[in-house]
Amino acid sequence: MRAAPIPEALLDPNRDPGGSREAVGLGSSAGKGLDVRHGTILTLEDINVSFDGFKALTNLTLYIGVGELRCIIGPNGAGKTTMMDVITGKTRPTSGSAFFGETLDLTRLSEVEIAQAGIGRKFQKPTVFEALSVFENLELALKTDKSVWASLRARLSGAQKDRIDEVLHTIRLDGSRHRPAGLLSHGQKQFLEIGMLLVQEPQLLLLDEPVAGMTDAETEFTAELFKSLARKHSLMVVEHDMGFVGTIADHVTVLHQGSVLAEGSLEQVQSNERVIEVYLGR
Amino acid sequence: MPASLPRILMALALLWPLASQAGDANDFVAANPAKQAKLLESWAAQPDPARQPLLDALQQGRVAADSSKTAFIEEAGNFSAAEGEAEPASPPKKLRLNNRLRGLLQTAQASHQLLASEASVRLAAAQQLQKSAKPAQLELLNARVASEQDAAVRDALALALANLQLVDPDPAVRLQAVRLLGETGEPLARTRLEALLDGDSETDAGVRTAAETSLAQVKRRLLVGELLGQAFSGLSLGSILLLAALGLAITFGLLGVINMAHGEMLMLGAYTTYMVQLGFQRLAPEYLALYPLAALPVAFFVTAAIGMALERTVIRHLYGRPLETLLATWGISLILIQLVRVIFGAQNVEVANPEWLSGGLQVLPNLVLPYSRIIIIGFALFVVALTWLLLNKTRLGLNVRAVTQNRNMAACCGVPTGRVDMLAFGLGSGIAGLGGVALSQIGNVGPDLGQSYIIDSFLVVVLGGVGQLAGSVLAAFGLGIANKLLEPQIGAVLGKILILALIILFIQKRPQGLFALKGRVID
Amino acid sequence: MNQPMTITLAQKAGPRLSLAVGGLVLAILLALPLLHLLPADSALHVSAYTLTLVGKILCYAIVALALDLVWGYAGLLSLGHGLFFALGGYAMGMYLMRQSAGDGLPAFMSFLAWNELPWYWYGTSSFLWAMCLVVLVPGLLALVFGYFAFRSRIKGVYFSIITQALTFAGMLLFFRNETGFGGNNGFTNFRTILGFDITAQGTRAVLFLCTVALLTGSLYLGFRLARSKFGRVLTALRDAENRLMFCGYDPRGYKLFIWVLSAVLCGLAGALYVPQVGIINPSEMSPTNSIEAAVWVALGGRGTLIGPLLGAGLVNGMKSWFTVAFPEYWLFALGALFIVVTLYLPKGVIGLLRKEKEQ
Repeated sequence: MRAAPIPEALLDPNRDPGGSREAVGLGSSAGKGLDVRHGTILTLEDINVSFDGFKALTNLTLYIGVGELRCIIGPNGAGKTTMMDVITGKTRPTSGSAFFGETLDLTRLSEVEIAQAGIGRKFQKPTVFEALSVFENLELALKTDKSVWASLRARLSGAQKDRIDEVLHTIRLDGSRHRPAGLLSHGQKQFLEIGMLLVQEPQLLLLDEPVAGMTDAETEFTAELFKSLARKHSLMVVEHDMGFVGTIADHVTVLHQGSVLAEGSLEQVQSNERVIEVYLGR
Repeated sequence: MPASLPRILMALALLWPLASQAGDANDFVAANPAKQAKLLESWAAQPDPARQPLLDALQQGRVAADSSKTAFIEEAGNFSAAEGEAEPASPPKKLRLNNRLRGLLQTAQASHQLLASEASVRLAAAQQLQKSAKPAQLELLNARVASEQDAAVRDALALALANLQLVDPDPAVRLQAVRLLGETGEPLARTRLEALLDGDSETDAGVRTAAETSLAQVKRRLLVGELLGQAFSGLSLGSILLLAALGLAITFGLLGVINMAHGEMLMLGAYTTYMVQLGFQRLAPEYLALYPLAALPVAFFVTAAIGMALERTVIRHLYGRPLETLLATWGISLILIQLVRVIFGAQNVEVANPEWLSGGLQVLPNLVLPYSRIIIIGFALFVVALTWLLLNKTRLGLNVRAVTQNRNMAACCGVPTGRVDMLAFGLGSGIAGLGGVALSQIGNVGPDLGQSYIIDSFLVVVLGGVGQLAGSVLAAFGLGIANKLLEPQIGAVLGKILILALIILFIQKRPQGLFALKGRVID
Repeated sequence: MNQPMTITLAQKAGPRLSLAVGGLVLAILLALPLLHLLPADSALHVSAYTLTLVGKILCYAIVALALDLVWGYAGLLSLGHGLFFALGGYAMGMYLMRQSAGDGLPAFMSFLAWNELPWYWYGTSSFLWAMCLVVLVPGLLALVFGYFAFRSRIKGVYFSIITQALTFAGMLLFFRNETGFGGNNGFTNFRTILGFDITAQGTRAVLFLCTVALLTGSLYLGFRLARSKFGRVLTALRDAENRLMFCGYDPRGYKLFIWVLSAVLCGLAGALYVPQVGIINPSEMSPTNSIEAAVWVALGGRGTLIGPLLGAGLVNGMKSWFTVAFPEYWLFALGALFIVVTLYLPKGVIGLLRKEKEQ
C-alpha cells in the first residue's frame, strides 16, 4: 500500500499541508543504494509507543524530505527524544511503521544496522570516547567497513587522513587532535560529536539539542555549519533555542503529547493558535 | 519354654491384677534384656491401665535399680520404691534401655494408650501400632476394633490389624487385609505389599493380584507425599534465599553495586546467634529456649552496624565504580571469614534448636514438616512485610525509593543521599543478619556459611528485577522450588547448572524488563 | 632550570628504559631453565622448586594478561577465567593420564570400576588432539556463553556475577566422580609427556621455555591488538557502547572476539601449568581463584598489558612467602590488598610509576 505512486497524504484535503510528503527541498543527494524515488528520506506513520501504560507517542506521523533541514520543537515530554529512539531502533514502537527511504523498515533493523544504513545520531548529552584522542574519535566514526576483521587489519589511507583533517578543521579542533577527548570543554565535545557524524557520512542526521551549552559565537557557527550540510544531507534537529531554530529552519514541526501539533515555517507555526496555547496557555 | 514365662505372668496378671502389677517393676528390673523384651511384648498384648505410670517412667528414663535389684522411680531427684515400701540398699542406678527395648516399650505404651479415654490419644496409639504391632497383639487388636466407638480410631486400628493379618492362614482374611492396606499412604505398607508379590511368600494368586492393585494405590499416595515434601523444602530454601536476597536487592537497587560481603552478613548473623546462645547458657539457662528470639535484634544490629561501617569506610569511596566495589567487598569478605576462623576456629560451631523449634508436623505418613522450617518460612514473609512497610510507609523508605529512581533529582530535593545510602546499607545488612539467625536453626554454622549465597541471591535479584519486593519474593520461592524439584530428578549439581542456563536464556527473552524500568534512553 | 631538562630526559629515556628492563627480565627468564640444567652442587644451579614456582607464576601471568584484554580494554570484568584455565589444564591432564595409564584405563576409573573410557576421552592419547582440545574446549564454551551474554547485552556487575556462577557451576560439575575427571582429586601422578619423563630436568626446562614463549607471544599479540583500530574500538566500547553502536559498529562481534581469544589464552596457560605443577583438580575453578586473578590485574594496572604481569608476579610472590612465613595472615593480606588497590591505586602500580615519572 505504501508503494502507491501518489501518497494518500497528498490526496487528503483536510491534512495540514506541512505534513504532506512533498516535503521541502527535493534534493538529489541520496546515498548509493537508498531508494528515495519519492523524495522522502524518512517516513513515520501512526507510530505509537507506550511505557508501562504511559503513552509517549500517539499516532505520530512525520515525513522528512531528502536534503531537508527540519527542526522539531515542543515542550518537555512531548516525545522528541522517544521519536529519535524509534528512528534509531533503540525503542520499538507498539504499532505504526517507520521507513528509511522507501524500503528500509526501521522497526525491523537493529541499532547497528540502522546506523550502517546511514542514520547518524547526536545525543542530548555529548558522548564521545573520552579515553581516545580527538583524532582517534574521528577515525572510529569514519565511514568504512566496521566489521571485526576489517578493524583488525585497518590502516588509514591518505584520503581518509585528509578527510579527518578536513573535518578537524571544520569543527575547529585541529589544535587538539592528539588530546584525549575527555579533556575537551563541553562545547568542544559537542563539536567533536558533530564532527564524528560528519565523517560517518550519514544521509540523515538526528541532532538532539546540538547547541545546548554553547556560547553565542559557537551557536552562530553551528547554524552556518548546519545550513551548509543541508542539501547534501537530511537533518532533523531537536532544539529549544528558538533563536537558533529561526536562523536555520525552513520547516518546523511542533510535537505535543506524542503527536504532531503543527507544521510549517517558523512564522506559520508561531502564529498557530494551538501552538500558542500549548506553549503559553498552560 | 521361652514362651512359658510370659504366659505364666499373663495368667498371674489376670488372676491378681494388683499383685501382679506390684511385681511388674521389680520383675523388669531384675530381668536381663532378653527377658525384658519378653515382658514388654506380653504387656503390649495385655494392656493394664495400672501399669501406665511404670511405662511412663520407663519411657522418661526415670526407673532405677539398687544393688538388690529392687525397682525405684525417680521423682524430681528423689527415689521412691516402685512397689511397696523399700529403701534403696545402695544408691539406685538408672536403667538404660537399648534401641530394641525402646521400640518394644513404645509398642507397649501404644497398647496401653488404646485404653485411654481421649480419642486423640487412642488415634495416635493406633497409628503407632500400624508401624510396630506384633503378632501377639492380634487378639487385643481384634477386640479393640470390635469395641472402638470412634470411627477414625477404628479405621486406624483396622489398618494395624490388617498388617498382622497379612500372614493369616486364611486367604480370605489376607485378601481383606491387602485391600485395606491399599488405602493407606504408609511407606511401610509398600514394603509389606511388595513382599506379597513374590510367589514364594504368597501362594494365593487372588491375594497376589489384589496386592498389586493395592501397591499401585499406595505408590500413588506416596508420590503425592514426596512431591509435597519437595515443594515444601523448595519453599524452605526459597525463604532462606529471600532473606539473603532482600537486603541485596535493596542495596543493589539503590547504589547499583553488589556487596560481595553480603553472604558474610548471613554468616555473622549465625555466629551472633551462637554467641547469644552461649550467653544464655552462662547467664540465664532457665530461659535458654528463648535465645533465638533474643538473637534476632542482636544479630540485626550487629550486622547493620558492620554494614554501615563498610559503607562509610569503603563502599562510599567507590561510587560509580561498581566493578571495583565488587573487588573491594570481596576483599572485605575474605577478611571477615578469616577473622571468624581465627576467633572461633575453622570447624562448625554448635547451635542447638530449642525444644519448640525441634520436631515436626506429620501431614502425611511420609511427610513430616519440621517446625523450624515452617517457622522460618513464616519469619521470612514477616520480614518481607516489615520491609515493605518500612519502604512504603516511612520517611526513610520514601527517601530510599527516591534515591533509587533518580539520585541527582533526590539530592536536589534535599534528600540526604549520603545518609540514606548508609541507612539503607545498614538495613540490607541487618536483614541478612536476620537470615543468618534463621539459617543457624536449620544448617551448620561455619566460617564459609555465606560464601555460596551471593550467587544464588544475585540470581534472585536478576530474576525478580531490581528494587521490586514482590519480584524478589516470587523469584526466591520460584528458584527454591525449581531447585528442589529438579534435585531428585537429575541431581543437585546438574539441577543448579540447568537453572543457571535457564536464567541466562530467560535474560535473552526479557533483558530490559528485568534490569531496568522501561523508559526513554537517558544517555 | 634543571626541571624541564630532566623531564625531557626521562621522557626520552622512558621507552628505552622500559625496553631495557623488559629485555633484562626476558634474558633472566631464558637463563633460568639453562641454570636448572647445571649440576646441583653448582653455585648458579636453580632448583626444581624455584623453576616450578616461577613457571607457575608465568602461567598465572598469562591468565592476568588474558583478563586484562577483556577487562582493561573491553570493560568486561570476568570472575570466571579460572574455568577456562582449568579446562585447558584438564584437556592436557587427560593426555597425561592416558600417557601414564598406557593401554589401560586411568587409575581413578579403575577405582570407580569403570570398564571403558567415556566418549569424550576418545582420542586423548594423541598429543595433537589433546592440544586441539586445549584450544577448542575453552574457546567453544566462551563462544557459546559469550554469544548469549553479549546478545542480551549483559554487562557490568551482571556479567561479572554470571561468569562467577559459571565457574562455580563448573567446579561443582567436576567435583562429581561421575563426570569422569577424577572428582575431588582431579588428575595427578603424571609420568611422561611425549615419552619424556615429566620430572626430568630437560623436560622441565623445555616446558618452562614454552611458557616463556607463550607469555612473550601473548604479550606481543596483546600489544598489536591494543594498538590496532580493533583495540581502539574496544576502548570506545568500554566507555560509550551506545555511541559506538550509533557509529555503526556491532559491539557483539568485538566482545565475542576478544572474549574467546582471552579464554583460549587461559586454556593454553592451563595446559602449560598442569605438567609443570603436576596436578589439576576442581579447586582451580573455585570462584576465589578467578577473582584473585582480577586483583593481579588491578594491582598491576588495568589496560596496560605489562601491569597485570607485574601484578601476577607480585601477588603470587607475596603469597608464596606469606603461606610459608605467616599462613594465617595471608587471607588478611589478600583481603586488604583488594581494598587498598581499589581505593588508592585505581591505575595500579604502572599508573603509580607513570605518575612518578611525570613528576
